[in-house]
Amino acid sequence: MAALNIKKGSTSHSAYDLRDPNAQAVERHTLAVIVDNEAGVLARVIGLFSGRGYNIDSLTVAETDHAGHLSRITVVTRGTPAVIEQIKAQLGRLVQVREVHDLTVEGPAVERELALFKVAGTGEKRIEALRLAEIFRASVVDSTLESFVFEITGTSEKIDAFAELMRPLGLRDVARTGIAALARGI
Amino acid sequence: MSRQMTGAKMVIQALRDQGVDTVFGYPGGAVLPIYDEIFQQNDIRHILVRHEQGAVHMAEGYARSTGRPGVVLVTSGPGATNAVTGLTDALMDSIPIVVLTGQVPTFMIGTDGFQEADTVGITRPCTKHNWLVKDTDRLAETIHQAFHIATHGRPGPVLIDIPKDVQFATGTYTPPKEARVSHYQPRVKGDLAQITRLVEMIETAERPLFYTGGGVINSGPAASQLLRELVDATGIPVTSTLMGLGAYPASGRNWIGMLGMHGLYEANLAMHGCDLMINVGARFDDRITGRIKDFSPGSKKAHIDIDPSSINKVIHVDVPILGDVAHVLEDVLKLWKSRGRKVNREALAKWWAQIGEWKAVDCLAYRPSETTIKPQLAIQRLEALTRGMNRYVTTEVGQHQMWAAQFMIFEEPNRWMTSGGLGTMGYGLPASIGVQIAHPDALVINVAGEASWLMNMQEMGTAVQFRAPVKQFILNNERLGMVRQWQELLHGERYSHSWSESLPDFVKLAEAFGCKGLRCTDPKDLDDAIMEMISHDGPVVFDCVVEKHENCFPMIPSGKPHNEMLLGDADTRGAIGARGAVLV
Repeated sequence: MAALNIKKGSTSHSAYDLRDPNAQAVERHTLAVIVDNEAGVLARVIGLFSGRGYNIDSLTVAETDHAGHLSRITVVTRGTPAVIEQIKAQLGRLVQVREVHDLTVEGPAVERELALFKVAGTGEKRIEALRLAEIFRASVVDSTLESFVFEITGTSEKIDAFAELMRPLGLRDVARTGIAALARGI
Repeated sequence: MSRQMTGAKMVIQALRDQGVDTVFGYPGGAVLPIYDEIFQQNDIRHILVRHEQGAVHMAEGYARSTGRPGVVLVTSGPGATNAVTGLTDALMDSIPIVVLTGQVPTFMIGTDGFQEADTVGITRPCTKHNWLVKDTDRLAETIHQAFHIATHGRPGPVLIDIPKDVQFATGTYTPPKEARVSHYQPRVKGDLAQITRLVEMIETAERPLFYTGGGVINSGPAASQLLRELVDATGIPVTSTLMGLGAYPASGRNWIGMLGMHGLYEANLAMHGCDLMINVGARFDDRITGRIKDFSPGSKKAHIDIDPSSINKVIHVDVPILGDVAHVLEDVLKLWKSRGRKVNREALAKWWAQIGEWKAVDCLAYRPSETTIKPQLAIQRLEALTRGMNRYVTTEVGQHQMWAAQFMIFEEPNRWMTSGGLGTMGYGLPASIGVQIAHPDALVINVAGEASWLMNMQEMGTAVQFRAPVKQFILNNERLGMVRQWQELLHGERYSHSWSESLPDFVKLAEAFGCKGLRCTDPKDLDDAIMEMISHDGPVVFDCVVEKHENCFPMIPSGKPHNEMLLGDADTRGAIGARGAVLV
């Protein structure tokens, strides 16, 4: 290669990135995937993630347009920027996928999660749980003399924080929906 | 024509309306209604295979040699699972095929019925798309959509699973014109701004190179034509992947040979040393790139591909052009001409001089022998004696495949069928039958190794039954040659299970199938034997007994960059480091 005078590992003429892709910072992205509401579509999306070794932090799916026969899959994933781009391209080429939106880069977005917490206890602990629930604007959706079920909505961080506080107060069970997200504005 | 018909009849009608003339298949309980309809018509020819994997490879051979989708019909359960290797092969190499599978009746699905398998579940990751049809009224429309999806965008295999009760039930047939248009319409025109950037780079580049792939062939004959025009007009050298051979003629002025792990020295060094790499319908496969970190470090890269997930997947490119090769090349050519047909002539001349120096190394040279047939010689003679004939070549997978790619000359697209992405041993024999069925008067040769060939040898029965005069040119070294080569180079010459004992007598085997068998052991007899094979009117199994320990060179060892290729047997020991050894 001496004839061409190219230094080994040279990047000067190229945008080609010689950094180890694994060394790049891992980012968390929220993707909204609009799909045909047909048999097997969820399996196809999940199979893509497991088959190609991508991560799923959270996944929610439901029909959002009955007449148009469309569902919305909100998936929170992690990866280097190159991996995130690849995930979007791979999703985009599935036949049943209509649109892929990266809410993390397409502008500000609202992310919410709903959770139900079952907390059992009596006396001071029970009162403290109720007091904290009020602070977190959680509502009581079921109660017995020894337990509450709280319903709480918010960001995942808020729900994590609430879970931490409930743990010493008799937390028995948690059900979380995973993240639903929409872009802000029109 | 009445629109009311059974699902089984609908299948035949839909295939007819899609212009299908041939189906490769194997009957079984869950597809009997469709076979009953096949029996009662003459428009569609059914080729009875001996194993469902063979059916899929035949359909691949048919598809790749004609540009039209291949069609397969198999039963439920084992019929479907046997098709999985072929489906994966077609997915990796972007071959359009439509596979119809029978399924247990809808009311039995999920009960572990006889010959029940979750076919759509099993084949979801190895098809471009698949469907389970539960309603006869939807069957015809689904078949039409399946053909659309298999052939549009990046082509690939699709599968339709049809429960037996859906085949028996009566429904309304939907003709293709009335089928709902699928929203699947990948973009074919490239972005003009990016195309302009590419043309500007072509005008000034000092060491430009076209790196072409199977996408040129998949895009259709127009793409190959435009590539030839652009390459010849600009005077830029062109190399190709294994999959793209024939898109640019090997006798063409600007051809510098195949690149990659066993590609030519000049092609790989040109990849390493170019300052503008124009990737046309290739995908930076690991057999091409070698060590990613050191892949063509001094070049700007443009990439034309119809699949957005191919762009920036492994190699970051500077000019991504999403679109169909033919459409994009047409625009590139138009723009380049309208801007005055400029190239950097002076620099190009120097670049060609450099490539000439690399060429002078004569990387395909091998030590000749007067007593044993060198595999390279066998391919060279086969090439020389069949040159200019209406010829199609398929291969199995291994050393012979690489030698065929290195030594055979392909002047036209769609003449070379080989399992590139998946590397499926057992591909070549059935693929050659599929090609022959599509081109009954052509000379169809499967260049094989004895080990690969045995994997689907049952299909010789199909060749004999349907009078497909395929020529099975077996380079018999009684070894799994490529495995042996790797064991020699990186596993301390410990040849673990890489030799073939108890091989059949291939001549007797051919005769047992009812076809001609030939054996050649002496280089002096080679030409006559090859001529005897070619001139025989019927299938031939040619046992070409070759040198047992020949290695395939050049070779870029795993984990090494292009400029560290091995040229010959001269001290190859230790060539592959521990990091390279973990790569395949």
